[in-house]
Amino acid sequence: MTNLLVLQLLNGLQLGVLLFLIAAGLTLVFGIMDVVNLAHGVLYMVGGYLTASFAALTGSFWLGLGLMIPAAALIGLVLEYVVIRRLYERSHLDQVLATFGLVMIANETVKIIWGTAPIGVPMPELLDGSIPLMGPLKYPVYRLAIIAAGLAVAVGLYVMVNHTRLGMLLRAGATHRNIVAALGVPIGRLFAIVFMLGTVMACFAGGIVAPILSVDTGMGESVLILTFVVVVIGGIGSVKGAFFGAILVALVDTVGGVFGPIAMRAVLDPAAAGQAGRTLAPMLVYILMAAILFARPQGLFGARS
Amino acid sequence: MTHKTPLIAAALATALAAPALAEDAPASAGDDVLRIGLVYTLSGPAAALGEQARNGFMLAADRIGDLGGMKTEIIVVDDERRPDNAADKARELVARDQVDFVVGPIFSNVLMAIHRPVTETGTILISTNAGPSNFAGADCHPNFFATSYQNDQNHEVMGAYAQAQGYQNVFLMAPNYQAGKDSLAGFKNSYDGGIAGEVFTELGQLDFSSELAQIAAFQPDALFTFMPGGMGVNLVRQYDQAGLGSIPFLSAFTVDETTLPATQDAALGYLGGANWAPDMDNAANAAFVSAYLDAHGAVPGTYAMQAYDAAQLIDAAVRKLDGDLSDRDALRAALAEADFDSPRGDFKFGVNQFPVQDFYLVEAIKRDDGLYQTSLREKIFDDYVDTYAADCTMP
Repeated sequence: MTNLLVLQLLNGLQLGVLLFLIAAGLTLVFGIMDVVNLAHGVLYMVGGYLTASFAALTGSFWLGLGLMIPAAALIGLVLEYVVIRRLYERSHLDQVLATFGLVMIANETVKIIWGTAPIGVPMPELLDGSIPLMGPLKYPVYRLAIIAAGLAVAVGLYVMVNHTRLGMLLRAGATHRNIVAALGVPIGRLFAIVFMLGTVMACFAGGIVAPILSVDTGMGESVLILTFVVVVIGGIGSVKGAFFGAILVALVDTVGGVFGPIAMRAVLDPAAAGQAGRTLAPMLVYILMAAILFARPQGLFGARS
Repeated sequence: MTHKTPLIAAALATALAAPALAEDAPASAGDDVLRIGLVYTLSGPAAALGEQARNGFMLAADRIGDLGGMKTEIIVVDDERRPDNAADKARELVARDQVDFVVGPIFSNVLMAIHRPVTETGTILISTNAGPSNFAGADCHPNFFATSYQNDQNHEVMGAYAQAQGYQNVFLMAPNYQAGKDSLAGFKNSYDGGIAGEVFTELGQLDFSSELAQIAAFQPDALFTFMPGGMGVNLVRQYDQAGLGSIPFLSAFTVDETTLPATQDAALGYLGGANWAPDMDNAANAAFVSAYLDAHGAVPGTYAMQAYDAAQLIDAAVRKLDGDLSDRDALRAALAEADFDSPRGDFKFGVNQFPVQDFYLVEAIKRDDGLYQTSLREKIFDDYVDTYAADCTMP
């Protein structure tokens, strides 16, 4: 049982850093620009497809990932300039409609360019295989690498947000947007940078999961809901909140999903426990969200309620 | 009001005589063109399966030329894996295009939807993949043939193999939908040992880290799974990554010629149950596999082979009748004879018009030309009749 717990904690951590990479951008865009971006999951998907294509083109996963980053930055800037910029003054409903339209356009475009079959990305040789943990347990090196990469991005983001001038503007923008604008900060440029940053992080997440999940058209929607849960739990606009929210949500999802049914077997007969566990496990995350919002309506680290 | 009476009477008569309706020849039976409608899933994540089947059927049609010695017209439609859509398309094929045969589909839920619209008009339906239990048993129909298998059989093969290996502790995993549940039930039909764990995953799930953690923690004697399409590709790659390769990987419809191009080396040595493999040693098979390779640059899987046989089956029966399809009893009898050389060798129909055939353990291997395929390891069942055939009484 300890073996299972150790493995699930690692799996939870891996899913957590992945969610963080996506949620960090979403929380900044939501918190600073006040834009509800449903198309954020699509960026994660596009990152996966671009990495797959560049990797196939160059024959190297690393080159593919490296080429994807500037392409993602460009996509972020263009998207902000063409669509998102027009939504700042509009209501949340308009933003939801427009970005949902983007989701459909992006999904169809991806189908036209890459087809409907999932695309596999070869595992980089350096990180292939698994390492022994304890006893017969092994863990894939690549998933450990994802954890490391996610934590590195988190540290980098922490330094940027707390110790640079841009970070200062971001923090100020998240809490006192109008004051920042009134002080003469070129808010349009700040918004463009924020959106680009969010796009690059989401695309990076899509790129690094490509070797384990293979890339396919529905992958954006599958993470979007969970990402919004993370943002709401962590507090809108808080990068720190996104980090701890992501880890919390992922741990509850992976550990609860496995141990919930096991715990239930103690009180119910196995068949009923299995059925009830399967039904309850996906709900755990939302129960957690409801409980946190009940205690702290602004989220764990949210400044505004 | 009197003018309505004959109409009502006619409707009543039709309703009462529903089984007799099947005896009527469709309007197209008399003309000199052989029309065949193919219904396959040709879009979406499962398109690769439908494409293999379509390619297999077309390959036989190209090799034979005029099927049954008649001018042949083949209409291909995409069911999009949606039963409602498939039923509409099947009705169009029967009513508007007046086809003599409907061939397909891949998925059992699609077959359930098209079975009645096709067979009740007297048109012959030949399934080249789906084989749900009801159509093999109590709901067997004179106008329905399957060139594939009954759905449980490939899973039973793996259960029998696990039993023969003396496994005491097998971990079972399948997606949480009907076919997944049937799969595990099929496995348990022929396996009496212990179950280390039984997990149903979400249909379409792509990250199996939680399930793999459970497998690693339980250290079972073997894993048995049913994960068709993209799910299987991901599971195989992640299984390999997690270092679980020392635990035997038993599966059905998971490691085959449709997923091997994506999983490649990760699946090597993984075991499956099947009614055929591309390296089966007979002349008909050698001709089929090499022709398919030449035409498509890919190794054919069972989906292609079973559709190829459906074309051969139609050809043989129509040829026997000299193209006269108006005597439906004669047509059904000619089809039931299955007088053709199947790439799988031994092939005949049972009472329920499902194949009575051999089943094998197959293993994923890399070919000398760099492509991947499954390869025969041992025969598990000889002339295997499905368990539902006993419930079938043809009217």
